[in-house]
Amino acid sequence: MSDLALTLARFQFGFTISFHIIFPAITIGLASYLAVLEASWLKSRNTVYLDLYHFWVKIFSLCFGMGVVSGLVMAYQFGTNWAGFSSVAGSVTGPLLAYEVLTAFFLEAGFLGVMLFGWNKVGPELHFTSTVMVALGTLVSATWILASNSWMQTPQGFELVDGKVIPLDWFKIIFNPSFPYRLIHMVIAAYLATALFVVAAGGWQLLHGKNNPAVRKMLSMGLWLILLLAPLQVVIGDMHGLNTLKHQPAKIAAIEAHWENKGEEATPLVLLAWPDMAQEKNLFAVEIPVLGSLILRHSLTEQIPALKDFPARDRPNATIIFWSFRVMVGLGMLMILLAVTSAWLRWKGTLYQNSTFQKFCILMGPAGLIAILAGWFTTEIGRQPWVVYGLLRTVDAVTPHTAGEVGLTLALFVVIYFALFGMGTVYVLRLVNGGPKTGEALQGDAISINRTELDEFMVAPEFHPDPQPSPPTTSTSTGKNAPKDH
Amino acid sequence: MDLSLVWAVIILFGIMMYIIMDGFDLGIGILYAFFKEKGDRDLMMNTVAPIWDGNETWLVLGGAGLLAAFPLAYSVILSALSLPLLFMLMALIFRGVAFEFRFRAHDTERHFWDKAFLCGSIAATFFQGMTLGAYLQGIKVVNQVYAGGPLDWISPFSVFTGLGLLVTYALLGCTWLIMKTDGELQSCCYKLSQRISVCLFTIIIVISIWTPLMDSRIAERWFSMPNFLWLSPVPLLVAIVFYRLQKSLQAKSETTPFIYTLCLILLGYMGLGISIWPNIIPPDISIQAAAAPQQSQIFALIGALVIIPVILIYTGWAYYVFRGKVNPDEAYH
Ligand code: HDD
Ligand code: HEM
Ligand code: HEM
Repeated sequence: MSDLALTLARFQFGFTISFHIIFPAITIGLASYLAVLEASWLKSRNTVYLDLYHFWVKIFSLCFGMGVVSGLVMAYQFGTNWAGFSSVAGSVTGPLLAYEVLTAFFLEAGFLGVMLFGWNKVGPELHFTSTVMVALGTLVSATWILASNSWMQTPQGFELVDGKVIPLDWFKIIFNPSFPYRLIHMVIAAYLATALFVVAAGGWQLLHGKNNPAVRKMLSMGLWLILLLAPLQVVIGDMHGLNTLKHQPAKIAAIEAHWENKGEEATPLVLLAWPDMAQEKNLFAVEIPVLGSLILRHSLTEQIPALKDFPARDRPNATIIFWSFRVMVGLGMLMILLAVTSAWLRWKGTLYQNSTFQKFCILMGPAGLIAILAGWFTTEIGRQPWVVYGLLRTVDAVTPHTAGEVGLTLALFVVIYFALFGMGTVYVLRLVNGGPKTGEALQGDAISINRTELDEFMVAPEFHPDPQPSPPTTSTSTGKNAPKDH
Repeated sequence: MDLSLVWAVIILFGIMMYIIMDGFDLGIGILYAFFKEKGDRDLMMNTVAPIWDGNETWLVLGGAGLLAAFPLAYSVILSALSLPLLFMLMALIFRGVAFEFRFRAHDTERHFWDKAFLCGSIAATFFQGMTLGAYLQGIKVVNQVYAGGPLDWISPFSVFTGLGLLVTYALLGCTWLIMKTDGELQSCCYKLSQRISVCLFTIIIVISIWTPLMDSRIAERWFSMPNFLWLSPVPLLVAIVFYRLQKSLQAKSETTPFIYTLCLILLGYMGLGISIWPNIIPPDISIQAAAAPQQSQIFALIGALVIIPVILIYTGWAYYVFRGKVNPDEAYH
């Protein structure tokens, strides 16, 4: 096994999973959102919800399709590229993956058809049940795969016999120390990423003068969710960090670019720096004294372990994860800023008129996805040089392929993913640009729409049949007259 | 009771479900070669659009089940066959996204996704067939690690099994369409099915002769005494089923051709299974030798035995919801 082949194999895994996780993040969020929309429609019979459902379900199905095919690759890559990992630890990750297939993938796939194509084939209750099942499936799926990944980070509940993992206690394996934090952090991350995407779509519509109840409703719902979840994510993230400090101190030392403890001095917080692995020090560091101890120990004096406490071959790459961590946290702060601004504008009554705010919404559209990738980079690269922490090194986990073989498949994956998923993104953005259509609710004949309610809706003052985008000024004034959604 | 045996049966069942279910929907992609009209193509795709994801999930179950119950086999087989498997997965990406993208594309772009669906289905099937052929030929293992080269999977036999699987899936797809459509599309499928089924019959005969010639151990398994008695009805049954299939196509019956095709495939699958039983990595690593620790097999087995029946029920329900002929007016969502 050459070093080059190993590097290529790692790159291939990182590349394919990074593409994959983008789609689950959106489908986890959208599936729950669609379930909420359909429930609201069934309860209130307000067609705005139905319009939004029909709009987002198309985007959902595109993302779901891409999630499925990129996930299929992941399930086989453990064997094709990580044979050592599969034969040593497959006895744990295999059953977890099998449970994911049985309890989640089949559930999603089984009810997806009815959810997408079944409006005229089943009654509203069964259709709603299908949507809920799909949403449940995405969450169950996240639970199993994160149990598996968390076990690789903080393994327990097994013994090692002849170099192979023998599971002893499945409860301990699944509920390993980092699992609860990782699961909550990731699910919130998926909801945040989706909410930001929905809000960006709303901002885009408003900025282009398409101001209708559906657009206002989705912008408003998304912003409420971000206001709730973004601060919560900081709290969970902090707890997650404390947990990591306990179980993977080298990772935290690298995240903080903390090279050595000087005497009894409390640990400072390195705000910005260029951690240099070869010279074992930070270039251009900007530090705040004591703050590191305060955040990670909740104390003014206690130190955290430093990178030099670990042999060089056991240190993760601080240059990368120092920065990926800061990207994640920085974006998290921007999300809070967005949410707080929205609350203030809502209170002033200009939430749907302020075009600077709309541009801010659009810019933040991809922020959740970028933060998710940055977070996973921190987690996974911070686990190096181990695949299963403290147990199996990445060098021993890889399949001994030639560099040519891995290079070929990697090159093909790069080309195919950028081309196909790039086109997919174009189609998603086209749909977003089209915006929610107000008449679509009428298409499903299995849905009994209350006629008078519908007529009222059709003649309501704020209703503008779509295509002619009115100039921004008029849309501002209609927006002012229109009733507030919340 | 031997847990490994139970798991082998579950995995064989999963793979069979996969071959049958993804078989007809890959087959429809292959048949795009014979139907050029947009209307026909829309209709063909709509016969499987609500269920293709579920069909593919059986492939994931096969992989995950293998990893759970036989991690050694998973790691050896997948690293030996890594190239054809990854090529297959890439091809599946093309055809999978085509389902969604084709209906979202502008008219000028659609031809691209038609080709992606057609070529993706063909390539996925072909590499799947090559994987199967290479697997049957055996995998070189030293010290529990794959010891062959990256291109060992390419051989005349594996190319032939690749082509064989193309014909198999095409026939499944064609008889599926007979069931789900009517009018001109359906009568085209009757004609096509007749020709494809003759090809399939020929291929079954060639493989039945080639396999024992290729490997003396397989020949031994086929022709040694109790086995031979068990196996001897198989060729006879194949001939009978083939004859009935032809008759039902001539009689223009709508569901029986699909069912006879399924029978043909089952018979072929049994023949292949007997060729390697009781090994999991041919030619010589047995099911027991590759087994996961008991704790893993039991844990996953509880789930499998309870949940698979439930899955079959709601999958059945989804098929029931979309039963009958597809209606050309019911566009994609
Ligand atoms: C936090 C969530 C999450 C994470 C970390 C992963 N996945 Fe995933 N995956 C999902 C959440 C998800 C999902 C939401 O359940 C998907 C997305 C779209 C979909 O169809 O289901 C999915 C689809 C999906 C599929 C297709 C299922 C089908 O046929 O319906 C497979 C085989 C995998 N994944 C396998 C993996 C593997 C082996 C991973 C790790 C390396 C992985 N996923 C990471
Ligand atoms: C979903 C988001 C995820 C992302 C973005 C991600 C990202 C990455 C990256 C970038 C690496 C390469 C690290 C390196 O080599 O330096 C890696 C490695 C790895 N990850 Fe993840 N990962 C994710 C989830 C998972 C999950 C859920 C699992 C397991 C169930 C997993 C298993 C692995 C394994 C086995 C490796 C080893 C290969 C290696 O070290 O390169 N990952 N991941
Ligand atoms: C702003 C405060 C935040 C803090 C303090 C924080 C903290 C952390 C820490 C310490 C880790 C690494 C855990 C480990 O590997 O042991 C992590 C990982 C991660 N973060 Fe954050 N985070 C924050 C915000 C966010 C935001 C806004 C998102 C996305 C919307 C996000 C998404 C992720 C993801 C996906 C991971 C990888 C999965 C995991 O290990 O949980 N984080 N976070």
